[in-house]
Amino acid sequence: MKKIKRENLKQLFDLISSGQRLYIPIKKAGQTNYGIYAADSRVDLDTLKTVKSSKEAFFPQSETLYTVTKENRKIKITQQELEGEDFVLFGVRGCDIKGAQVLDRVFLSSPVDSFYEARRNHGIIVALACSEPEESCFCTTFGVDPTEPEGDVTTWFKGEYLYWKANTEKGERLTALCSELLTDADEAAVEEEKESIKAILSRLPYADLSLESWHGDATNEKFGSELWKELYKPCLACGTCTFVCPTCQCYDLKDYDTGSGVQRYRCWDSCMYSDFTMMAHGNNRTSQMQRFRQRFMHKLVYFPANNDGMYSCVGCGRCVDKCPASTNIVKVIKAFSKEVNSK
Amino acid sequence: MQELISRLKELLESGSVQRVLGWKKGDFTFNPEPAYFNSAEELSEFVYDGFCGANLSKYMIKASNLEGVTAVLLKPCDTYSFNQLIKEHRVIREKAYIIGIGCKGKLSLDAIKAQGVKGITDIKGAEIDGDCNELKVETLYGEKTVSYKDSMLERCHVCKGKEHMIYDELMLESADTLDADRFTDVEIIENLTSEDKFTYFQRELSKCIRCNACRNVCPACSCRKCVFDSTKFDSEQKANVDPFHESMFHIIRAFHVAGRCTDCGECSRVCPQGIPLHLFNRKFIKDINEYYGVFQAGEDIGQTSPLTDYTLDDMEAEERR
Amino acid sequence: MSLTNEEFRPKIVAFCCNWCSYAGADLAGSSRLSYPADVKIIRVPCSCRVNPMFILRAFEKGADGVIICGCHPGDCHYSTGNYYARRRMTLLFSMLDYVGIERGRTRVEWVSAAEGVKFSQTMNEFVETVRSLGKNVRLGDLRCKN
Repeated sequence: MKKIKRENLKQLFDLISSGQRLYIPIKKAGQTNYGIYAADSRVDLDTLKTVKSSKEAFFPQSETLYTVTKENRKIKITQQELEGEDFVLFGVRGCDIKGAQVLDRVFLSSPVDSFYEARRNHGIIVALACSEPEESCFCTTFGVDPTEPEGDVTTWFKGEYLYWKANTEKGERLTALCSELLTDADEAAVEEEKESIKAILSRLPYADLSLESWHGDATNEKFGSELWKELYKPCLACGTCTFVCPTCQCYDLKDYDTGSGVQRYRCWDSCMYSDFTMMAHGNNRTSQMQRFRQRFMHKLVYFPANNDGMYSCVGCGRCVDKCPASTNIVKVIKAFSKEVNSK
Repeated sequence: MQELISRLKELLESGSVQRVLGWKKGDFTFNPEPAYFNSAEELSEFVYDGFCGANLSKYMIKASNLEGVTAVLLKPCDTYSFNQLIKEHRVIREKAYIIGIGCKGKLSLDAIKAQGVKGITDIKGAEIDGDCNELKVETLYGEKTVSYKDSMLERCHVCKGKEHMIYDELMLESADTLDADRFTDVEIIENLTSEDKFTYFQRELSKCIRCNACRNVCPACSCRKCVFDSTKFDSEQKANVDPFHESMFHIIRAFHVAGRCTDCGECSRVCPQGIPLHLFNRKFIKDINEYYGVFQAGEDIGQTSPLTDYTLDDMEAEERR
Repeated sequence: MSLTNEEFRPKIVAFCCNWCSYAGADLAGSSRLSYPADVKIIRVPCSCRVNPMFILRAFEKGADGVIICGCHPGDCHYSTGNYYARRRMTLLFSMLDYVGIERGRTRVEWVSAAEGVKFSQTMNEFVETVRSLGKNVRLGDLRCKN
């Protein structure tokens, strides 16, 4: 266990970023999002949840896959290079790390997504425990431990210090790199911090959110439920929930005409959009109710059915905070629990 | 409030309306959601307070296709949007029974959080029957008191007034919340140098995640098929591959609603990245007011919109300020 | 004559209405009046056919300046088209000023079929203004710039 004074953090960031890219929550124009650290960046580790999750470091909102250019009468295809350099992702909360594990299931299972894999292999995650969980948090429901998030390095804020514990070989290497700034520490302060976080967790409004009604194979029963017809009604069909979600993984492939060639890129897609999975024959989900149902069925039924019971929600609560119509996954889970209980 | 619920019950029970479009209690005191109520019993879930900011006019587009009459609760500013939608034949007047409800300013959770409040579990003082001066905020980390005024949405500080433009009956009292001029921010930007303007907007717009919440919540954005949703059209609908597309989307969207935007402020309310989108719409409103005479969309159904109108001696583009 | 690298030649897109300005450009040509080859004319049926999206598209794909030319107010082939165009372009260009696009990059000019001289003068002036502003770096898709 190591520690570093809060006031020395800037030195730490400067040191880390001198040899590699450092992704860290940065406050810009009033909002905190992950960004690449520069000496004049306003690092903000106090904001619990960045607007967009950290998944962007591994799976960017849009990325070029290859470029096609015409050379005389021949067509030349240039593949986008894979990530080849290590980078550090700093201050990731437990929920976002679990989010990455969900994405791993999708992108690292055969056929492996090489773009994602390269970034994942080169990423060093410095996790940060949640000293001040917020009202919309329900990560414990999905088995996340915000007191000790699993990263290559795990860190805790306590008093004027940031405590630092390396968990993996990658983490050890980063610790060695920063050794001149880190001093030895004992575990007592961290244990105390973990206890204090636990005490808050038990008082969270969603602490008793139960997934009981979602266990087991209830696909057909849930799919056919009348509840969806009510639940979807406030939904505006925007993509806010999808784009702030750490586990939403759907993307669209598009071509862009640059005037001198074509760039093929992929970008995040949202199942809330009317052109989602649009095919030549049209769209297989034609109403907003179907699209809304798809999002939650995927997260709570289809995904666990195919992934050994792993839900594709991590309880970060971003959708709870950001939905313009105040509808969200918690309301859906609760509505179904209520239905089961009333039977 | 009780009076309002009794009246809604009466309307539902008498069969003069088939449903009520209002707000349903959320799982917190501060996240009510727009909802339909089909029977008097369902009204037990009904709520109307400072957090019911959503402009229900937009939902009336869909409700106009439902069987029978929908009683809809509209705040003074929402009625401008409703009028505008009637003008554009997107809602059917006869299918709506408009209850013009009072408003004492709507609250923004972001504004409350910006005052340094974390882990909010309960907020008292937003009730419509109260005096709306102070909010008692209960958090995981202790109790806090914040002023109602400081917690309001931006649009309420530049409130258009307490008068409903269209209604069948009026209920509840409104309060004055106006304490700023809506064009101040636009003027500040106008007076910047070209470079500073560009830097300012790039900074704001670079946050855009293209979730389309601003478009989907906007009562003026009621096209059946949005140009940005077209598959035959080379436009980035859901990704900011390049900073150009953020500007493109927001400029075009503001242009498409120019002369029709009532300045209801929903776009800025819903933006997950807190981009002050109203600055685009207000720039057009301000220009229209200056160049073609003061115009407020949704005020008068009979009036022609400035962009579907002209005079022989309009100013030339080069004469713009 | 070969161009040195320092000499910046802007890309200018000119939307010209079929009935007046396009004919004006024709007249400029047949009268042997010169205007820079940097101007690429796009013929439109009427100045009011110009959708705001066309202008942004032009910038996206690498234009450094965009000019709209139409019949003089009152002379529109369709009677009123240019009156609507005038309002639209005033508002749109004012918005472009507002988001920080240099004012000189956009322009509206009325050119009749008889005004070959005016057409050539306008284009010379406009190209010069845009040239002095330099490359358009604020409004364009970077992918189109290579």
